[in-house]
Amino acid sequence: MKTTRITGERIKEYLEKGKRFDGRKPEEFREISVETGVSKKAEGSARVKIGKTEVIVGVKLNVTEPYPDSPNKGNLMVTSELLPLSSGRFEYGPPRFPAIELGRLIDRAIRESKFIQLEKLCIKEGEKVWGVFIDIYSINDDGNLIDAAGLGAVIALKTAKLPEYDEKNEKIVYGKLTNKKVPVSKEIPIIVTTHKIGKSMIVDPTLEEEDVSEARITIGGTIEGSLFSIQKGNSKELTIEEIKKMLDISEKTRKKVFSSIEKYLK
Amino acid sequence: MEIKNKDQVERKIVIPGEVISKGEDYLPGEGTEKIGNEIIARRYGLAEESNRLIKIISLSGIYEPRNGNLVIGRVENITFYGWVIDLDSPETSFLHMQEVPKYINKGGLSDVLDIGDMVVAKVLEITSRGIDLTIKSRGLGKIDEGIIIKVNSNKVPRIIGKAGSMINLIKEESGCNITVGQNGLIWIKGNDVESELLVKKAIMFVAEKSFTQGLTDELKELFKKEKGK
Amino acid sequence: MATKTFKRPDGRKVDETRPMQAKVGVVPNADGSALFSFGDTIAIAAVYGPKKMHPQHQQDPEKGTLRCRYNMISFSVDDRIRPGPSRRSTEISKITEWSLEPSLLIKNYPNMVIDVHVNILQANASTRCAGINAAAMALAHAGIPMKNIVSSVSIGKLDKNLVVDLNKDEEDWEEGEGSTDIPITMTPNGEITHIQLDGRITKEQLKEGIELARKSTKEIYEVQKKALKDSIKT
Repeated sequence: MKTTRITGERIKEYLEKGKRFDGRKPEEFREISVETGVSKKAEGSARVKIGKTEVIVGVKLNVTEPYPDSPNKGNLMVTSELLPLSSGRFEYGPPRFPAIELGRLIDRAIRESKFIQLEKLCIKEGEKVWGVFIDIYSINDDGNLIDAAGLGAVIALKTAKLPEYDEKNEKIVYGKLTNKKVPVSKEIPIIVTTHKIGKSMIVDPTLEEEDVSEARITIGGTIEGSLFSIQKGNSKELTIEEIKKMLDISEKTRKKVFSSIEKYLK
Repeated sequence: MEIKNKDQVERKIVIPGEVISKGEDYLPGEGTEKIGNEIIARRYGLAEESNRLIKIISLSGIYEPRNGNLVIGRVENITFYGWVIDLDSPETSFLHMQEVPKYINKGGLSDVLDIGDMVVAKVLEITSRGIDLTIKSRGLGKIDEGIIIKVNSNKVPRIIGKAGSMINLIKEESGCNITVGQNGLIWIKGNDVESELLVKKAIMFVAEKSFTQGLTDELKELFKKEKGK
Repeated sequence: MATKTFKRPDGRKVDETRPMQAKVGVVPNADGSALFSFGDTIAIAAVYGPKKMHPQHQQDPEKGTLRCRYNMISFSVDDRIRPGPSRRSTEISKITEWSLEPSLLIKNYPNMVIDVHVNILQANASTRCAGINAAAMALAHAGIPMKNIVSSVSIGKLDKNLVVDLNKDEEDWEEGEGSTDIPITMTPNGEITHIQLDGRITKEQLKEGIELARKSTKEIYEVQKKALKDSIKT
């Protein structure tokens, strides 16, 4: 059931005092728990839980022709599915906007940050390159799937290894991973979405809070300070001051989130 | 007249298809079926026996409406003659404009109850079309402010407790007004958000530990701990 | 002739399933949910409902409708699966529905639907069986009135040998008569709610296989029962 209007009023009221229903501060994330290597079939995988929100992300590799406009670079494709399993609000059928947006947001963050060193994934220029597929699945939606998906994608990539490639027969030997990691850059892209509810700004909303979010900005950046993807969502307008504030909040939170997942990026 | 049992059926969790008891002594209550002289579970839950009647207390499943039930719902739609209310249950429920203690002009329905408003109502009648509601008695009507939480309707009896003991304990400790809908929606209104959230915490605590023995004492401990903060 | 001393690639006895894992409540949002695995084959199922059936024209005024959807996630197998339904997943969805329906007591839910979503997280053969086992638990967990809980297993024939719970290596068996795959679902009373066959087998051996399935599904039932009982603390 969607959050009721009167509960929404209380959420806003409480936020004006700097408090949230679950006791968190406005700029505080719920507990993040990560498991890597959760799939035996993916070349890299991660399960990320933020509070009760859960996503699993898998990285699969294949050998294929490069895209015509990048003959010496590997291919990248990010897909996301909001499984009907994960919420009564997701219906069975072709992906609707929220699923498409999620995939595109993560795609943009990974692509624009040049996190994957696609030039190193060229096998034979113009003919053969590695193709990287990142597939994101929601398992339980209790708000903030976007940020959970972003963490999952980055961690799955960071821990992914190239499978053995039988050049002679032009076949990938799946199940046999080499020790060669998928080439990624040192700068880790972290996605944090900041929401405006009433007069307050929060990060990592629960589903209840997400229901009453009036405007949101998803920002992808590194802890070193580079920003490479921004998207504003939801229908209310934001003033310049508010956007500046959200940029600041995003930067601070990004650093905190990074330190909680740093150990999984080794 | 009390019927003495030689061996009482032990309280235990059962799954559908499980034989709970054998013998002519027992009668099939809610969630069970008698086949031959066996009482078999047809629901997942706690099998309990009292006075030879064996029933299943479930913690999951849809709300099964009964006439006279107090319920809480959200106005989903306004028609010419009344309001379609969402009780978070698969049955459609409707509040006819005649069941409101007020004279309403046609076209003036949204002034009384608008889409998105929450309302406390009573189940008047259950028909093949759905559930008919009324807000004619005292204590019923539009909800002005507070927090609405949702639990599975099967847990409501536990939250209310024997003769209201559990919910009264929560009311006393928090100082809040609490209206529990039989459909699992609960309205909490207090003097401040902290007390309302304390009630939410307490109710979720009871809902999660439904079958634990000694729950009242554990709840009292919870209040002590929370108030100590 | 089939021998009981037949050596399976992973060392299992002919009537031994892979280690099974079962758990309920794995998806907090769902009305009921469960995970079930046979070794590396992992299935999760979530139940939403009963709720009003949409689209309206699919409503059944005489009873509730069970609607199952089986889906393998893209990285559940070696060769990535393109997201979206396939003919195979559509067929398995229906098979899953048919295997579960006889247990349900949903006459009292006219015009309502019970949605069961089965997702295979990792596949090493017998995925539909794992899915059915998870779905049966999830339905009970959701408080759906049921006669009983069904259990599913794949019976295989490798050359001339009957085995229980095929894995992928065994599914791809090529020696002799090759591999025959017989997924079967049974109620605790031994009634069959689902059976399929892919391969080549004699009537006698099939009957033998069905008896093997009876024994196996009893073991699986105990695992499902335990998972449901362990999930509630008293």
